[in-house]
Amino acid sequence: METRELICINCPMGCPLTVTIDGENITVAGNTCPRGADYGKKEVTDPRRTVTSSVYVDGGKAVKVPVKTASDIPKEKIFDIMDVIRKTKAKAPVFIGDIIVADICGTGVNLVATKDVERV
Amino acid sequence: MYCREADVVIVGGGPAGLAAALAAKEAGIDKILILERDTQLGGILNQCIHNGFGLHTFKEELTGPEYAARFIKRVKEAGIEYLLGTMVVDLSPERVVTAMNREDGLFTVKAGAVILAMGCRERPRGALGIPGFRPAGIFSAGTAQRFVNVEGIMPGKEVVILGSGDIGLIMARRMTLEGAKVKVVAELMPYSGGLKRNIVQCLNDYDIPLKLSHTVVDIKGKERVEGVTIAEVDASMKPIPGTEEFYECDTLLLSCGLIPENELTTGAGIEMNPITGGAVVDNTLETSIPGVFACGNVLHVHDLVDYVSEEAANAGRNAASFVKSDKNQNKSEFIQVKTGRGVRYTVPRKIAPEYVDKDVLVRFRVDNVYKDVAIGIAFDGEVARSVKKRTVAPGEMEEIRIKKDELSAHPGCKEITIAFV
Repeated sequence: METRELICINCPMGCPLTVTIDGENITVAGNTCPRGADYGKKEVTDPRRTVTSSVYVDGGKAVKVPVKTASDIPKEKIFDIMDVIRKTKAKAPVFIGDIIVADICGTGVNLVATKDVERV
Repeated sequence: MYCREADVVIVGGGPAGLAAALAAKEAGIDKILILERDTQLGGILNQCIHNGFGLHTFKEELTGPEYAARFIKRVKEAGIEYLLGTMVVDLSPERVVTAMNREDGLFTVKAGAVILAMGCRERPRGALGIPGFRPAGIFSAGTAQRFVNVEGIMPGKEVVILGSGDIGLIMARRMTLEGAKVKVVAELMPYSGGLKRNIVQCLNDYDIPLKLSHTVVDIKGKERVEGVTIAEVDASMKPIPGTEEFYECDTLLLSCGLIPENELTTGAGIEMNPITGGAVVDNTLETSIPGVFACGNVLHVHDLVDYVSEEAANAGRNAASFVKSDKNQNKSEFIQVKTGRGVRYTVPRKIAPEYVDKDVLVRFRVDNVYKDVAIGIAFDGEVARSVKKRTVAPGEMEEIRIKKDELSAHPGCKEITIAFV
């Protein structure tokens, strides 16, 4: 049996979690909401994060458009995803929610725009 | 000079200004004018491209630009007038706002009510007293954030960050993702000024060390930063000789606190609170000048934009009632809100009992990290009740609600004290 002390990152409360791993059986204590229990379990089995960054835009009123992975992605893929983001260019106009890269790095998650950028 | 009028003038088109405008509109005010100095609405949210915004307001996790976009869309749909590229240069006690922009030149707006929503700015190097030359490569964390996220320019490759406020932590991750090496985050205080979740997801995730009770004692480099020396500090925050460590780097980011931007407020002669750096307000968020309200980071620095929006909506509604009451609200008596042991400040600082709806939300910060404390509300020195907290820290704003019933149960009360019991 193994226990791990974590801080939940789901919201600004930052609840201190104690996750107990007993083979297949994982229990979470210290959470104040169901999201905390989910986070605790995921963090010890399949840690995931949302990646946010920005990509250059061609022909837009802004130089860059901010982007995010539409949902969380496996933590170990963060730098692979950043490599793709750095090589990606969007074309104006861009609207919030537009898919900038579909199924980024085979995660099944799209990279989407988080701001509108008008054409010049 | 061109003169115009508006029922409610809002200085600043960031999250506070937008929420205040919408609330004033919903309260039935039509002639609203937002004055914004940037070329777009949304304020600092435009460069805060990370997620974590809106959990309270929208029950989902948004990035800064997405959070702003939801408010901007509603402001546009509501037909609320706003002027961009417009700098407010003066506010008079008679609520005349003087502003300028390229189209109208210098102009005045006679306002029924004014809502101050100018936000805050970062504490610069000059205010920190760090010795050393003034080479290129020293940025406030927010400036670096704008460079990377908006302008697409990387400020450097090897980075040391002084200060563990949320922007510093967010930038430690951001610079790392963009390929820079963040060597260390040094924090003068024995605790971090940022949210715990940001320590986990911005520092721990990327193995960036956080050195508490450490500060920068020297900056090497004349043209460009070549490195910084960090030393441990003692309880009185003095560097301890022999603890110096040199970090080679080309960039130093400063995340050492935010200062409410109150030149207009002090210029108008409004009473200020030296601890928050914002105006003294009552429970309606009205300042010492009748009809002038303040909300958001210009009033006191918030941790979460959600709370800014909530507070600003309150200011918007109260400004609307002020205008509708024919600008004549007679607040005869105030209950003063005082701080006691463990509590640094409260907002509001006074309560007008006849202007309490259901309850009064008192926001405050504690002066240190404490475990298992009880925060009490005392009416004229008698503790009426207390609220238990597992942990409190200066970096996380606390709140307590004083119910209307409690106020009526203490008629003639002069003073409410919020303090540890």
